Amino acid sequence: MIWVVALIVIMMLVAAVTVLLVRNHIAAVAAASLVSLLLSVLFALLRAPDVAMTEAAVGAGLSSVILALALRRLGLGRVKDA
Amino acid sequence: MRNLAALVFVGGLAFLLLVIFNQFDFAQAPMVVGQGILMDAPDRVGAANIVTAVVLGYRGIDTLGEISILFAASAAAGLVLGRRRTDARRDPPGGFILRSGVALLFPLMLVVGFYIILHGHLTPGGGFQGGVILAAAFFLPLLARPETPVNHAGLSIVEGGAGAVFILTGLAALLQGGEFLQPLLDNGVLGELVSAGTLPLLYLAVGLKVGAELAGLMARLADVEVDEP
Amino acid sequence: MMPIEVGTVLYAGAIGLVVVGIAGIVLSHHLFRIILALVIAEAGANLLLVLSGFRWEAIAPIITGGDAVQTMVDPVPQAMVLTSIVIGVGVQALALSLTLRAYGAYKTLDIRELQRRMSADLAGEAGTPLPQSLEEPVGGRPLPAAEGDGR
Repeated sequence: MIWVVALIVIMMLVAAVTVLLVRNHIAAVAAASLVSLLLSVLFALLRAPDVAMTEAAVGAGLSSVILALALRRLGLGRVKDA
Repeated sequence: MRNLAALVFVGGLAFLLLVIFNQFDFAQAPMVVGQGILMDAPDRVGAANIVTAVVLGYRGIDTLGEISILFAASAAAGLVLGRRRTDARRDPPGGFILRSGVALLFPLMLVVGFYIILHGHLTPGGGFQGGVILAAAFFLPLLARPETPVNHAGLSIVEGGAGAVFILTGLAALLQGGEFLQPLLDNGVLGELVSAGTLPLLYLAVGLKVGAELAGLMARLADVEVDEP
Repeated sequence: MMPIEVGTVLYAGAIGLVVVGIAGIVLSHHLFRIILALVIAEAGANLLLVLSGFRWEAIAPIITGGDAVQTMVDPVPQAMVLTSIVIGVGVQALALSLTLRAYGAYKTLDIRELQRRMSADLAGEAGTPLPQSLEEPVGGRPLPAAEGDGR
Protein backbone atom coordinates (compact mmCIF):
# COMPACT_ATOMS: atom_id res chain seq x y z
CA MET A 1 0.00 0.00 0.00
CA ILE A 2 2.65 2.51 1.07
CA TRP A 3 4.76 1.91 -2.04
CA VAL A 4 1.82 2.23 -4.42
CA VAL A 5 0.66 5.43 -2.73
CA ALA A 6 4.17 6.90 -2.61
CA LEU A 7 4.75 6.12 -6.30
CA ILE A 8 1.46 7.73 -7.32
CA VAL A 9 2.07 10.82 -5.18
CA ILE A 10 5.58 11.28 -6.56
CA MET A 11 4.37 10.91 -10.15
CA MET A 12 1.58 13.38 -9.46
CA LEU A 13 3.94 16.01 -8.05
CA VAL A 14 6.40 15.55 -10.92
CA ALA A 15 3.56 15.98 -13.43
CA ALA A 16 2.34 19.09 -11.58
CA VAL A 17 5.80 20.69 -11.74
CA THR A 18 6.03 19.67 -15.41
CA VAL A 19 2.81 21.60 -16.13
CA LEU A 20 4.45 24.79 -14.93
CA LEU A 21 7.87 24.30 -16.49
CA VAL A 22 7.38 22.67 -19.90
CA ARG A 23 7.44 25.10 -22.82
CA ASN A 24 5.01 23.33 -25.14
CA HIS A 25 1.41 24.18 -24.24
CA ILE A 26 -0.10 20.91 -25.49
CA ALA A 27 2.40 19.02 -23.31
CA ALA A 28 1.34 21.13 -20.33
CA VAL A 29 -2.32 20.20 -20.94
CA ALA A 30 -1.36 16.52 -21.18
CA ALA A 31 0.56 16.75 -17.88
CA ALA A 32 -2.42 18.41 -16.17
CA SER A 33 -4.59 15.57 -17.46
CA LEU A 34 -2.08 13.07 -16.02
CA VAL A 35 -2.35 14.77 -12.59
CA SER A 36 -6.13 14.31 -12.70
CA LEU A 37 -5.86 10.68 -13.79
CA LEU A 38 -3.42 9.77 -10.99
CA LEU A 39 -5.60 11.66 -8.53
CA SER A 40 -8.59 9.56 -9.54
CA VAL A 41 -6.56 6.40 -8.82
CA LEU A 42 -5.80 7.82 -5.36
CA PHE A 43 -9.50 8.54 -4.79
CA ALA A 44 -10.33 4.94 -5.70
CA LEU A 45 -7.72 3.72 -3.16
CA LEU A 46 -9.23 6.06 -0.55
CA ARG A 47 -12.65 4.35 -0.87
CA ALA A 48 -14.28 7.20 -2.77
CA PRO A 49 -15.44 5.56 -6.02
CA ASP A 50 -17.96 8.30 -6.83
CA VAL A 51 -15.32 10.99 -6.60
CA ALA A 52 -12.83 8.86 -8.54
CA MET A 53 -15.31 8.47 -11.38
CA THR A 54 -16.08 12.19 -11.46
CA GLU A 55 -12.40 13.12 -11.43
CA ALA A 56 -11.64 10.67 -14.26
CA ALA A 57 -14.55 11.81 -16.42
CA VAL A 58 -14.41 15.54 -15.70
CA GLY A 59 -10.82 16.27 -14.73
CA ALA A 60 -8.94 13.91 -17.00
CA GLY A 61 -11.41 13.83 -19.89
CA LEU A 62 -13.62 16.85 -20.39
CA SER A 63 -11.31 19.45 -18.87
CA SER A 64 -8.42 18.46 -21.14
CA VAL A 65 -10.66 18.59 -24.20
CA ILE A 66 -11.83 22.10 -23.28
CA LEU A 67 -8.24 23.25 -22.69
CA ALA A 68 -7.04 21.74 -25.97
CA LEU A 69 -9.91 23.32 -27.93
CA ALA A 70 -9.11 26.69 -26.37
CA LEU A 71 -5.45 26.25 -27.36
CA ARG A 72 -6.49 25.51 -30.93
CA ARG A 73 -8.50 28.72 -30.99
CA LEU A 74 -5.57 30.67 -29.57
CA GLY A 75 -3.39 29.29 -32.34
CA LEU A 76 -0.97 27.72 -29.84
CA GLY A 77 -2.08 24.13 -30.45
CA ARG A 78 0.84 22.96 -32.55
CA VAL A 79 2.43 19.77 -31.25
CA LYS A 80 5.87 20.71 -32.52
CA ASP A 81 7.59 23.50 -30.60
CA ALA A 82 4.93 25.91 -29.38
CA MET B 1 12.12 41.30 -6.18
CA ARG B 2 8.53 40.44 -7.06
CA ASN B 3 9.51 36.80 -7.48
CA LEU B 4 11.17 36.79 -4.07
CA ALA B 5 8.02 38.14 -2.43
CA ALA B 6 5.96 35.48 -4.24
CA LEU B 7 8.32 32.72 -3.07
CA VAL B 8 8.10 33.93 0.54
CA PHE B 9 4.31 33.91 0.25
CA VAL B 10 4.25 30.37 -1.18
CA GLY B 11 6.63 29.11 1.50
CA GLY B 12 4.49 30.65 4.23
CA LEU B 13 1.38 29.05 2.74
CA ALA B 14 3.05 25.63 2.71
CA PHE B 15 4.14 26.08 6.36
CA LEU B 16 0.63 27.15 7.38
CA LEU B 17 -1.03 24.16 5.69
CA LEU B 18 1.52 21.76 7.21
CA VAL B 19 0.90 23.14 10.71
CA ILE B 20 -2.89 22.97 10.30
CA PHE B 21 -2.97 19.44 8.98
CA ASN B 22 -0.39 18.23 11.47
CA GLN B 23 -3.07 18.64 14.13
CA PHE B 24 -5.41 16.13 12.49
CA ASP B 25 -4.86 12.43 12.96
CA PHE B 26 -4.92 10.62 9.64
CA ALA B 27 -7.77 8.14 9.21
CA GLN B 28 -9.44 9.18 12.48
CA ALA B 29 -12.37 11.11 11.02
CA PRO B 30 -14.68 12.17 13.87
CA MET B 31 -17.76 11.81 11.61
CA VAL B 32 -20.25 13.70 13.76
CA VAL B 33 -22.69 14.28 10.91
CA GLY B 34 -21.50 11.38 8.75
CA GLN B 35 -22.29 8.69 11.31
CA GLY B 36 -25.84 10.00 11.70
CA ILE B 37 -26.36 10.06 7.93
CA LEU B 38 -24.96 6.53 7.55
CA MET B 39 -27.40 5.19 10.16
CA ASP B 40 -30.35 7.19 8.87
CA ALA B 41 -30.00 7.11 5.07
CA PRO B 42 -30.89 3.50 4.11
CA ASP B 43 -34.30 3.67 5.81
CA ARG B 44 -35.21 7.27 5.13
CA VAL B 45 -33.93 7.83 1.58
CA GLY B 46 -33.63 4.25 0.36
CA ALA B 47 -30.55 4.74 -1.85
CA ALA B 48 -27.82 2.12 -1.70
CA ASN B 49 -25.21 4.72 -2.68
CA ILE B 50 -25.06 6.98 0.35
CA VAL B 51 -23.14 9.73 -1.48
CA THR B 52 -26.15 10.03 -3.81
CA ALA B 53 -28.44 10.16 -0.79
CA VAL B 54 -26.38 13.07 0.58
CA VAL B 55 -26.16 14.90 -2.75
CA LEU B 56 -29.85 14.70 -3.69
CA GLY B 57 -31.67 13.82 -0.48
CA TYR B 58 -30.00 15.67 2.39
CA ARG B 59 -28.77 18.70 0.48
CA GLY B 60 -30.82 18.93 -2.69
CA ILE B 61 -30.86 22.74 -2.60
CA ASP B 62 -27.07 22.72 -2.70
CA THR B 63 -27.21 20.61 -5.86
CA LEU B 64 -29.77 23.01 -7.35
CA GLY B 65 -27.31 25.82 -6.64
CA GLU B 66 -24.54 23.80 -8.25
CA ILE B 67 -26.40 23.23 -11.51
CA SER B 68 -27.36 26.91 -11.46
CA ILE B 69 -23.66 27.86 -11.25
CA LEU B 70 -22.87 25.48 -14.10
CA PHE B 71 -25.72 26.99 -16.14
CA ALA B 72 -24.52 30.52 -15.44
CA ALA B 73 -20.93 29.64 -16.35
CA SER B 74 -21.85 27.93 -19.62
CA ALA B 75 -24.29 30.70 -20.57
CA ALA B 76 -21.66 33.35 -19.90
CA ALA B 77 -19.04 31.38 -21.83
CA GLY B 78 -21.45 31.03 -24.77
CA LEU B 79 -22.08 34.78 -24.68
CA VAL B 80 -18.39 35.66 -24.53
CA LEU B 81 -17.27 33.14 -27.13
CA GLY B 82 -19.50 34.51 -29.90
CA ARG B 83 -21.35 32.94 -32.79
CA ARG B 84 -19.87 31.00 -35.68
CA ARG B 85 -19.22 33.15 -38.75
CA THR B 86 -21.54 32.18 -41.58
CA ASP B 87 -18.72 32.09 -44.16
CA ALA B 88 -16.25 30.28 -41.87
CA ARG B 89 -14.11 27.54 -43.37
CA ARG B 90 -15.11 24.02 -42.38
CA ASP B 91 -12.52 21.69 -40.90
CA PRO B 92 -11.63 18.83 -43.26
CA PRO B 93 -13.72 15.70 -42.58
CA GLY B 94 -12.10 12.96 -40.52
CA GLY B 95 -10.47 9.96 -42.12
CA PHE B 96 -11.89 6.47 -42.47
CA ILE B 97 -10.61 5.24 -39.10
CA LEU B 98 -12.02 8.22 -37.21
CA ARG B 99 -15.43 7.91 -38.89
CA SER B 100 -15.71 4.15 -38.32
CA GLY B 101 -14.52 4.51 -34.74
CA VAL B 102 -17.09 7.20 -34.03
CA ALA B 103 -19.87 5.11 -35.58
CA LEU B 104 -18.84 2.23 -33.31
CA LEU B 105 -18.31 4.27 -30.14
CA PHE B 106 -21.32 6.60 -30.30
CA PRO B 107 -24.07 4.08 -29.37
CA LEU B 108 -21.83 2.43 -26.78
CA MET B 109 -21.11 5.74 -25.07
CA LEU B 110 -24.81 6.63 -25.06
CA VAL B 111 -25.63 3.32 -23.36
CA VAL B 112 -22.83 3.71 -20.80
CA GLY B 113 -23.83 7.31 -20.09
CA PHE B 114 -27.48 6.49 -19.47
CA TYR B 115 -26.51 3.39 -17.45
CA ILE B 116 -24.33 5.48 -15.15
CA ILE B 117 -27.04 8.12 -14.76
CA LEU B 118 -29.88 5.69 -14.05
CA HIS B 119 -27.86 3.54 -11.62
CA GLY B 120 -26.60 6.58 -9.71
CA HIS B 121 -28.52 5.58 -6.57
CA LEU B 122 -27.19 2.00 -6.61
CA THR B 123 -23.58 2.04 -7.84
CA PRO B 124 -20.85 4.70 -8.06
CA GLY B 125 -21.79 7.28 -10.62
CA GLY B 126 -24.75 9.52 -11.23
CA GLY B 127 -25.95 12.53 -13.14
CA PHE B 128 -22.69 14.47 -13.29
CA GLN B 129 -20.45 11.62 -14.42
CA GLY B 130 -23.02 10.23 -16.87
CA GLY B 131 -23.79 13.71 -18.17
CA VAL B 132 -20.13 14.27 -19.00
CA ILE B 133 -20.02 10.95 -20.87
CA LEU B 134 -23.15 11.94 -22.84
CA ALA B 135 -21.55 15.28 -23.72
CA ALA B 136 -18.43 13.47 -24.94
CA ALA B 137 -20.60 11.09 -27.00
CA PHE B 138 -22.31 14.01 -28.75
CA PHE B 139 -18.98 15.74 -29.35
CA LEU B 140 -17.54 12.73 -31.21
CA PRO B 141 -19.65 13.11 -34.42
CA LEU B 142 -18.48 16.73 -34.58
CA LEU B 143 -14.90 15.49 -34.79
CA ALA B 144 -15.64 12.99 -37.54
CA ARG B 145 -18.00 15.16 -39.61
CA PRO B 146 -17.32 18.85 -38.96
CA GLU B 147 -19.77 19.84 -41.72
CA THR B 148 -22.85 18.75 -39.73
CA PRO B 149 -24.43 21.82 -38.07
CA VAL B 150 -24.82 21.84 -34.28
CA ASN B 151 -28.41 22.21 -33.12
CA HIS B 152 -27.90 24.76 -30.34
CA ALA B 153 -31.64 25.45 -30.07
CA GLY B 154 -32.35 21.77 -29.40
CA LEU B 155 -29.62 21.64 -26.77
CA SER B 156 -31.11 24.68 -25.04
CA ILE B 157 -34.55 23.05 -25.00
CA VAL B 158 -33.16 19.85 -23.42
CA GLU B 159 -31.23 21.90 -20.88
CA GLY B 160 -34.14 24.13 -19.92
CA GLY B 161 -36.58 21.21 -19.76
CA ALA B 162 -34.29 19.20 -17.50
CA GLY B 163 -33.80 22.18 -15.19
CA ALA B 164 -37.57 22.73 -15.08
CA VAL B 165 -38.14 19.06 -14.18
CA PHE B 166 -35.66 19.36 -11.30
CA ILE B 167 -37.38 22.45 -9.86
CA LEU B 168 -40.92 21.09 -10.45
CA THR B 169 -40.02 17.93 -8.53
CA GLY B 170 -38.92 20.14 -5.65
CA LEU B 171 -42.13 22.18 -5.84
CA ALA B 172 -44.26 19.01 -5.90
CA ALA B 173 -42.82 18.08 -2.51
CA LEU B 174 -43.78 21.55 -1.28
CA LEU B 175 -47.36 21.02 -2.52
CA GLN B 176 -47.64 17.74 -0.62
CA GLY B 177 -46.78 19.49 2.61
CA GLY B 178 -43.09 18.55 2.77
CA GLU B 179 -39.92 20.61 2.42
CA PHE B 180 -38.55 21.85 -0.91
CA LEU B 181 -36.85 18.97 -2.81
CA GLN B 182 -37.80 16.41 -0.16
CA PRO B 183 -37.76 12.96 -1.84
CA LEU B 184 -41.25 11.82 -2.77
CA LEU B 185 -42.83 8.47 -3.66
CA ASP B 186 -42.19 5.15 -2.00
CA ASN B 187 -38.65 4.12 -1.11
CA GLY B 188 -39.15 0.64 -2.58
CA VAL B 189 -36.73 -2.21 -1.95
CA LEU B 190 -33.15 -1.18 -1.19
CA GLY B 191 -30.91 -2.00 -4.14
CA GLU B 192 -33.52 -2.31 -6.90
CA LEU B 193 -33.51 -0.10 -9.99
CA VAL B 194 -36.90 1.46 -9.25
CA SER B 195 -36.33 2.53 -5.66
CA ALA B 196 -35.32 5.56 -3.62
CA GLY B 197 -38.40 7.57 -4.64
CA THR B 198 -37.68 10.57 -6.89
CA LEU B 199 -33.88 10.35 -6.68
CA PRO B 200 -33.40 8.60 -10.08
CA LEU B 201 -35.69 11.18 -11.72
CA LEU B 202 -33.69 14.05 -10.22
CA TYR B 203 -30.40 12.48 -11.32
CA LEU B 204 -31.77 11.95 -14.85
CA ALA B 205 -32.66 15.65 -14.99
CA VAL B 206 -29.18 16.59 -13.72
CA GLY B 207 -27.52 14.26 -16.25
CA LEU B 208 -29.43 15.62 -19.26
CA LYS B 209 -28.82 19.21 -18.14
CA VAL B 210 -25.08 18.73 -17.60
CA GLY B 211 -24.73 16.79 -20.87
CA ALA B 212 -26.55 19.42 -22.94
CA GLU B 213 -24.65 22.31 -21.36
CA LEU B 214 -21.21 20.80 -21.80
CA ALA B 215 -21.90 19.55 -25.35
CA GLY B 216 -23.01 23.05 -26.35
CA LEU B 217 -19.93 24.55 -24.70
CA MET B 218 -17.53 22.19 -26.52
CA ALA B 219 -19.27 22.84 -29.85
CA ARG B 220 -18.85 26.60 -29.35
CA LEU B 221 -15.19 26.25 -28.38
CA ALA B 222 -14.53 24.12 -31.47
CA ASP B 223 -15.47 27.00 -33.80
CA VAL B 224 -12.30 28.84 -34.67
CA GLU B 225 -13.66 31.66 -36.83
CA VAL B 226 -16.33 33.61 -34.99
CA ASP B 227 -18.13 36.94 -34.99
CA GLU B 228 -17.17 38.49 -31.69
CA PRO B 229 -20.16 40.24 -30.11
CA MET C 1 14.47 5.04 11.97
CA MET C 2 10.74 5.64 11.97
CA PRO C 3 8.90 4.19 8.96
CA ILE C 4 7.04 6.69 6.83
CA GLU C 5 3.28 6.41 7.21
CA VAL C 6 0.75 6.41 4.40
CA GLY C 7 -1.06 9.40 5.88
CA THR C 8 2.10 11.52 5.85
CA VAL C 9 2.72 10.71 2.19
CA LEU C 10 -0.85 11.52 1.23
CA TYR C 11 -0.96 14.80 3.14
CA ALA C 12 2.42 15.76 1.68
CA GLY C 13 1.10 15.04 -1.82
CA ALA C 14 -2.08 17.07 -1.31
CA ILE C 15 -0.29 20.05 0.24
CA GLY C 16 2.39 19.78 -2.44
CA LEU C 17 -0.23 20.02 -5.18
CA VAL C 18 -1.85 23.08 -3.56
CA VAL C 19 1.54 24.77 -3.12
CA VAL C 20 2.70 24.00 -6.68
CA GLY C 21 -0.61 25.32 -8.02
CA ILE C 22 -0.51 28.54 -5.98
CA ALA C 23 3.15 29.06 -6.91
CA GLY C 24 2.20 28.72 -10.57
CA ILE C 25 -0.62 31.26 -10.20
CA VAL C 26 1.66 33.77 -8.48
CA LEU C 27 4.83 33.28 -10.52
CA SER C 28 3.80 32.72 -14.12
CA HIS C 29 3.13 35.54 -16.55
CA HIS C 30 1.14 33.60 -19.14
CA LEU C 31 -2.66 33.59 -18.74
CA PHE C 32 -3.10 30.05 -20.05
CA ARG C 33 -0.43 28.74 -17.65
CA ILE C 34 -2.23 30.48 -14.78
CA ILE C 35 -5.46 28.62 -15.61
CA LEU C 36 -3.56 25.30 -15.65
CA ALA C 37 -2.03 26.15 -12.25
CA LEU C 38 -5.52 26.88 -10.93
CA VAL C 39 -6.63 23.39 -12.05
CA ILE C 40 -3.73 21.83 -10.12
CA ALA C 41 -4.38 23.81 -6.92
CA GLU C 42 -8.01 22.74 -7.13
CA ALA C 43 -7.01 19.08 -7.43
CA GLY C 44 -4.87 19.36 -4.30
CA ALA C 45 -7.71 20.96 -2.32
CA ASN C 46 -10.07 18.16 -3.39
CA LEU C 47 -7.56 15.55 -2.22
CA LEU C 48 -7.28 17.29 1.17
CA LEU C 49 -11.07 17.19 1.58
CA VAL C 50 -11.34 13.50 0.70
CA LEU C 51 -8.46 12.68 3.08
CA SER C 52 -10.33 14.34 5.94
CA GLY C 53 -13.10 11.74 5.70
CA PHE C 54 -10.95 8.61 5.34
CA ARG C 55 -10.84 5.85 7.97
CA TRP C 56 -8.85 2.63 8.12
CA GLU C 57 -10.75 -0.66 7.76
CA ALA C 58 -13.73 1.19 6.36
CA ILE C 59 -15.47 0.45 3.06
CA ALA C 60 -16.85 2.75 0.37
CA PRO C 61 -20.20 4.30 1.34
CA ILE C 62 -22.28 2.00 -0.87
CA ILE C 63 -24.50 -0.69 0.61
CA THR C 64 -23.95 -4.08 -1.04
CA GLY C 65 -25.68 -6.90 0.74
CA GLY C 66 -25.42 -7.06 4.52
CA ASP C 67 -22.44 -4.84 5.36
CA ALA C 68 -22.53 -3.10 8.69
CA VAL C 69 -23.14 0.58 8.06
CA GLN C 70 -20.82 1.62 10.91
CA THR C 71 -17.66 0.69 9.00
CA MET C 72 -17.98 3.12 6.10
CA VAL C 73 -15.94 6.20 5.32
CA ASP C 74 -17.53 9.62 5.82
CA PRO C 75 -19.87 10.34 2.86
CA VAL C 76 -20.23 14.09 3.54
CA PRO C 77 -16.78 15.26 2.30
CA GLN C 78 -17.15 12.99 -0.74
CA ALA C 79 -20.45 14.63 -1.71
CA MET C 80 -18.82 18.03 -1.26
CA VAL C 81 -15.85 17.11 -3.47
CA LEU C 82 -18.28 15.87 -6.15
CA THR C 83 -19.82 19.33 -6.19
CA SER C 84 -16.42 21.01 -6.15
CA ILE C 85 -15.06 19.12 -9.16
CA VAL C 86 -18.07 19.92 -11.33
CA ILE C 87 -18.08 23.61 -10.36
CA GLY C 88 -14.34 23.67 -11.03
CA VAL C 89 -14.81 22.74 -14.67
CA GLY C 90 -17.48 25.44 -15.04
CA VAL C 91 -15.15 28.08 -13.63
CA GLN C 92 -12.37 26.82 -15.89
CA ALA C 93 -14.55 27.09 -19.01
CA LEU C 94 -15.55 30.65 -18.10
CA ALA C 95 -11.93 31.63 -17.42
CA LEU C 96 -10.84 30.17 -20.76
CA SER C 97 -13.51 32.05 -22.71
CA LEU C 98 -12.51 35.32 -21.03
CA THR C 99 -8.89 34.54 -21.91
CA LEU C 100 -9.92 34.01 -25.54
CA ARG C 101 -11.63 37.40 -25.58
CA ALA C 102 -8.61 39.10 -24.06
CA TYR C 103 -6.40 37.50 -26.72
CA GLY C 104 -8.82 38.59 -29.42
CA ALA C 105 -8.66 42.18 -28.20
CA TYR C 106 -4.93 42.57 -27.44
CA LYS C 107 -3.23 39.65 -29.29
CA THR C 108 -1.08 38.81 -26.27
CA LEU C 109 -1.44 36.58 -23.20
CA ASP C 110 1.40 38.04 -21.11
CA ILE C 111 -0.27 39.54 -18.04
CA ARG C 112 2.25 42.38 -17.65
CA GLU C 113 1.73 43.45 -21.26
CA LEU C 114 -2.05 43.01 -20.93
CA GLN C 115 -2.16 45.07 -17.77
CA ARG C 116 -0.07 47.88 -19.27
CA ARG C 117 -2.22 48.11 -22.38
CA MET C 118 -5.50 47.77 -20.52
CA SER C 119 -4.67 50.56 -18.08
CA ALA C 120 -3.48 52.69 -21.00
CA ASP C 121 -6.81 52.08 -22.76
CA LEU C 122 -8.79 52.82 -19.62
CA ALA C 123 -6.86 56.02 -18.96
CA GLY C 124 -7.32 57.03 -22.60
CA GLU C 125 -11.08 56.48 -22.40
CA ALA C 126 -11.40 58.37 -19.14
CA GLY C 127 -9.02 61.15 -20.17
CA THR C 128 -6.90 60.77 -17.04
CA PRO C 129 -3.12 60.35 -16.77
CA LEU C 130 -1.74 56.83 -16.37
CA PRO C 131 -1.71 55.60 -12.79
CA GLN C 132 1.80 55.79 -11.38
CA SER C 133 3.36 54.79 -8.09
CA LEU C 134 4.30 57.65 -5.80
CA GLU C 135 7.06 55.65 -4.11
CA GLU C 136 10.50 55.57 -5.64
CA PRO C 137 11.62 52.14 -6.87
CA VAL C 138 14.04 50.25 -4.64
CA GLY C 139 17.72 50.16 -5.48
CA GLY C 140 17.92 53.76 -6.68
CA ARG C 141 16.52 53.03 -10.13
CA PRO C 142 15.10 56.10 -11.87
CA LEU C 143 11.37 56.65 -12.12
CA PRO C 144 10.10 55.77 -15.61
CA ALA C 145 9.09 58.82 -17.60
CA ALA C 146 5.33 59.20 -17.67
CA GLU C 147 4.07 57.73 -20.93
CA GLY C 148 2.25 60.12 -23.20
CA ASP C 149 4.35 63.07 -22.06
CA GLY C 150 7.27 62.03 -24.22
CA ARG C 151 5.57 62.92 -27.55
